[in-house]
Amino acid sequence: MQTTFKSSKWLPYLLLSPSVIIVFIFFIIPSAESLFYSFFRLNITGTRKIFVGFGNFIRLFQDPEYIESLFRSFMFTVIVVVVGLSVSLGIAMIANNKMKFFNVYRTLLIWPYALSPAITGMIWALMFNPTIGVISNILHNLFGVSFNFINNSSHAMIFIIVAAVWKMLGYNIIFFLSGLQGVPAELIEAAIIDGANPWKRFRHIILPLISPTTFFLLVMNTLYAFFQQFGLLHVVTEGGPGRATDLLVYKLYRDGFISMNTGYASAQSIILLIIVAAITLFQFKSAKKSVFYGT
Amino acid sequence: MELKIMNNRKLLKNISSHLIMLIVLLVVLFPMIYAIVVSTQTNSEYYKFPPNMRPGTGAVENYIDAWQKGDLGRLLFNSTFISLFVALGKIILSILAGFTFVYFKSKGKIFFFIMILITQMLPLPVRIVPTYMLMSQFGWVNTYWALTIPFFASATGTLLFRQLYMMIPTSFADAAKVDGVNSLQFLWYIVIPLSKTNIAALFLIEFIFIWNQYLWPLIVGNSREVRVVQIGLKQLIDTDAAVSWNVLMSGTVLAMIPPLIILVIFQSSLIKGLALGQDK
Repeated sequence: MQTTFKSSKWLPYLLLSPSVIIVFIFFIIPSAESLFYSFFRLNITGTRKIFVGFGNFIRLFQDPEYIESLFRSFMFTVIVVVVGLSVSLGIAMIANNKMKFFNVYRTLLIWPYALSPAITGMIWALMFNPTIGVISNILHNLFGVSFNFINNSSHAMIFIIVAAVWKMLGYNIIFFLSGLQGVPAELIEAAIIDGANPWKRFRHIILPLISPTTFFLLVMNTLYAFFQQFGLLHVVTEGGPGRATDLLVYKLYRDGFISMNTGYASAQSIILLIIVAAITLFQFKSAKKSVFYGT
Repeated sequence: MELKIMNNRKLLKNISSHLIMLIVLLVVLFPMIYAIVVSTQTNSEYYKFPPNMRPGTGAVENYIDAWQKGDLGRLLFNSTFISLFVALGKIILSILAGFTFVYFKSKGKIFFFIMILITQMLPLPVRIVPTYMLMSQFGWVNTYWALTIPFFASATGTLLFRQLYMMIPTSFADAAKVDGVNSLQFLWYIVIPLSKTNIAALFLIEFIFIWNQYLWPLIVGNSREVRVVQIGLKQLIDTDAAVSWNVLMSGTVLAMIPPLIILVIFQSSLIKGLALGQDK
């Protein structure tokens, strides 16, 4: 507990007020309004309002476009998180050695973190351009694959998954590396003497010891995959071809700001809120239960 | 003899680790290198088949072309100004809040604390339509206000400074009180100088976070005066069919530079800062 200062009554409130006012006006009120509008059919200027009860939600879950987008977003998120974390853990395990230049590697690996998803999209779209892209040409010459994310739905999905995984790769590797550096070498040596094979050492010693890192990355990557893809999608695929890469946030944007279905878009916001709340709850619960934080 | 084998093995492991790291680095950095290479090629160098990775001779024209057609001076100024302004705003507001939560007893403290934390659960897509409507009521659409003020509060920052201030030895505040230093003087002369690393970390995260925003500027920042660089480049793709890939890549390279500079400058606080996570 810190020693507190005596002050006039209003000083603490004065110091808190900028944050509190911003939070109230731009977070609390609009979120409440999202909930409110989700029960109405209205236009974006708010001049015409018709109460429809749960009509928007019923419509949402009868809308195959929305159901598909929901399913697609979950699939995308799971793949991005699982692939991203496994690949980077694998790389980190191999690289985890008392290395010279470790700091140089670490510094360079983090660079894509500073790159915006939209800029990433522009560069990747060129690399994979079906006719003049350098990577699509390599794919064609080495494997005979004509990779075309512009016309082919599954190629488009693979494309955004790979681009999304790539953007977080360096970030994830760095965190796994620093987690692995905290695993005491004596522990591994003792396990080797006791005859534990590499898989057992990984499964029963390393994995539990790095669980705080894994858990942190799990949450970060999930939120990233769910909420940070708009720029990439808008620049590269615009949800297409067809609706092949129409993820939830993109669908929300289309309904809210292209078709101007304000109430319908608000209902989608509320579904997103429930998803974030679920992720947060999971974060709190499993942080207590299964994560080993050391002694 | 055995020692030698051990050493050899160690050496082999070392070499293979470095090799793997170099391959990983190539994969991670390749898109950036590619963008730079293409941005130097002239049209005829670029459209040669098969695609090549040779640096070309058109760099100067491409960058001038991108700068003029894409209005990049204005775009980069807007992005930089907005990111700086928001990062500074967030730092000031969260220092004030963190300091208050630790160094004052006041009614309703917990309530306000929870209120600020809850913003973590309310990313933009959750409240985007009403926030947009609010902006048009305020007359803020297509102004810097809409792109900056709504982002000033920071749960990440408030938590970060609160945590730091709880770890400052209590003797500091005790001594200050004995010497008759008031709370604001204590904040200014003692607490803020102790916060340097955290300020750097928060600055790094928030600058990059705001720079990389896309959805919000797309909706509320669509005039030349306030447009940010990603949106400007996307428009260049959409509207100007004459813009070729190499010119566009010059634009992306220019758009990469400012956040990279910030990243390089504040590297020392990097891991600490990143561990705090991404804001929303």
